[in-house]
Amino acid sequence: MKKLLRELTFPLLAVVAAFLVGGVIVWIVGDSPLLVYNLFFTSAFGSVDGIGYTLFYATPLIFTGLAVAVAFKCGLFNIGAEGQLVAAAFATAWVGLVAPEGWPAILVALLAMLAAVVVGGVWAGIPGVLKARFGAHEVITTIMMNFIAAGIVSYLTQYHYRKQGDPILETLPIAEMKDGVLTGPHIPRMHDLLAPLGINFPERLPLNLAFLFALAACALVYVFLWKTKWGYELRAVGLNPSAAEYGGISIARNTVMAMALSGMLAGMVGINDVLGYRYRYYDGFSAGYGFTGIAVALLGRNHPVGVLLAALLFGALARSQLFIDIFTNKVSKDWVVILQAIIILFVACEAVFRMKSKRSG
Amino acid sequence: MDITDILNLSLLASMVRLSTPLVLAALGGMYSERGGVINIALEGIMLAGAFTAAAVTARTANPWIGLVSAAIAGLLVAAIHAVATIQFKADQVVVGTAINILFLGVPALASGAMFGSTGSTPQLPREQTLPDWNIPGIDSIPILSQLFSGHKPIVYLAILMVPASWYVLYRTRFGLRLRAVGENPEAADTAGVSVARMRYAGVLMSGVLAGIGGAYLSIGQNSLFTRNMTAGRGFIALAALIFGKWHPVGASLACLLFGLAEAISIRMQGVVSIPVQFIQLIPYVLTMVVLAGFIGRATPPKAIGVPYVKEK
Repeated sequence: MKKLLRELTFPLLAVVAAFLVGGVIVWIVGDSPLLVYNLFFTSAFGSVDGIGYTLFYATPLIFTGLAVAVAFKCGLFNIGAEGQLVAAAFATAWVGLVAPEGWPAILVALLAMLAAVVVGGVWAGIPGVLKARFGAHEVITTIMMNFIAAGIVSYLTQYHYRKQGDPILETLPIAEMKDGVLTGPHIPRMHDLLAPLGINFPERLPLNLAFLFALAACALVYVFLWKTKWGYELRAVGLNPSAAEYGGISIARNTVMAMALSGMLAGMVGINDVLGYRYRYYDGFSAGYGFTGIAVALLGRNHPVGVLLAALLFGALARSQLFIDIFTNKVSKDWVVILQAIIILFVACEAVFRMKSKRSG
Repeated sequence: MDITDILNLSLLASMVRLSTPLVLAALGGMYSERGGVINIALEGIMLAGAFTAAAVTARTANPWIGLVSAAIAGLLVAAIHAVATIQFKADQVVVGTAINILFLGVPALASGAMFGSTGSTPQLPREQTLPDWNIPGIDSIPILSQLFSGHKPIVYLAILMVPASWYVLYRTRFGLRLRAVGENPEAADTAGVSVARMRYAGVLMSGVLAGIGGAYLSIGQNSLFTRNMTAGRGFIALAALIFGKWHPVGASLACLLFGLAEAISIRMQGVVSIPVQFIQLIPYVLTMVVLAGFIGRATPPKAIGVPYVKEK
């Protein structure tokens, strides 16, 4: 319990400090910090809709936060979750688009989910192999893979899977409303999941089954990292590669495995957006989820519970963006982006505070 | 229009122009990384430079003040990176990421507050952007005049910075010390070189150069700042730096190659049936190939990414 408190103290301080600095920025720009804080809390937590959207926006961030965290645990920096989730989301839609007409929607949906996980894993696995085999720095290779994914996917969308004359860069739909029923591969929304339990969750909210997948992923990542031999080895490589290797643990194998797992988690974002929300691939659907995932992992201390809490915070911020944009005179939604960066900076400089307190204590 | 219309002299001139911001950012990144500090914040620094140049020029009606402000803005952003990574020993990649995210947001917020539009700064009249300079002597030689004359001043600065950086890095005491703290900081420290001071110098130089590179986009090549106008150029510069094996001439040649790819992709838009996306991917794919060891080996400075902690 004491350990938990200690683990929570610094991230909380970082968040509070970031909100204070963010408030100063609001004040410099010429608005009231209190108004912005108030908009944040009421829009994100003040109503069922608010909470529903906060959870919806938190869903992709749980996946990307876990993705970055798993890589971190092996001493790797997966800065390419963005590319992995873009490639995976396209693959998800692609399965829906090319599946033979007669196949049952549920089977196609399962295959599409599989595609998301596999493509995400492969996209991150390539930098993993390059690192293990040639020592290529994964930060650089994953950045490059981000651009390569964006280019290929935008090409495929634009030239092969777009509806004729559609001005928006998106694929044809994989599921559509027919006689009031959503027909085609998809996963159910929270409304449909909770209705049998007698809970009336508003139908308009896009929160869907993928949120439950995200919660399950948190639990699975925890079990994997701390309760299995594989997870132990992965963490051992992250803590001290040479000691791990001396103990007979393969650095190369764990590098590839950590990256692949990381990519698989990032890829699951595609399930949320394509199968649970838009029912098509929309180029530009990701609001930098892969990069926010870095902030989520850092703030959550690379622990699944921390990642969940941090993702909820960033989900709430994402929810409040629009309201801050509309209901203030001068503060735009970009304020939230700035706040994210400040939180990362504070958490990154934590080592200093630790050293200081050790010295003084 | 066929392929010969694309491959002509004006294509090469456009390659020179498009390479300019890349060369400046890549050389900047070289100073930082040769000193042992990974700088993936080049993208954010360029954005800061591009926005500052356009915003200050819009307020002062003088692009030269805008240009100097961009260099200072780059310096200040690099200072955040330097203080966090050198002073506070924070992870260099994490801080670089934070800076990149920060400057996705700051220009938009500032632009909204200053000019009432988060999407872009006001369009500058042509006479308020940087002038085109003709080089006496060269401007009368047929082919060279097209390649090396009539450009913005920043283009000439970039061209001059290539040999200058080579000289600084390999022929001055500063360059020797910078490389020493990037390869073996303990040895450099023992020899009496201040590791922190050299690394500060390297990171701050990267800020100035990348800031000017950003300014070229907003008050040279264009006449306003638009949201995320660097569009990954900071990362392409980083790729060029690796492709050129952290050498000023190699990195600049890589920038020319990537600039050529961009020039071709702009001309091909809607003309040839090869999709532009594939040409835009060339820098990234080539960098992967180099990193995989297919074209020589890209060996980074040895101490790169490791904060230096003096032993007691």
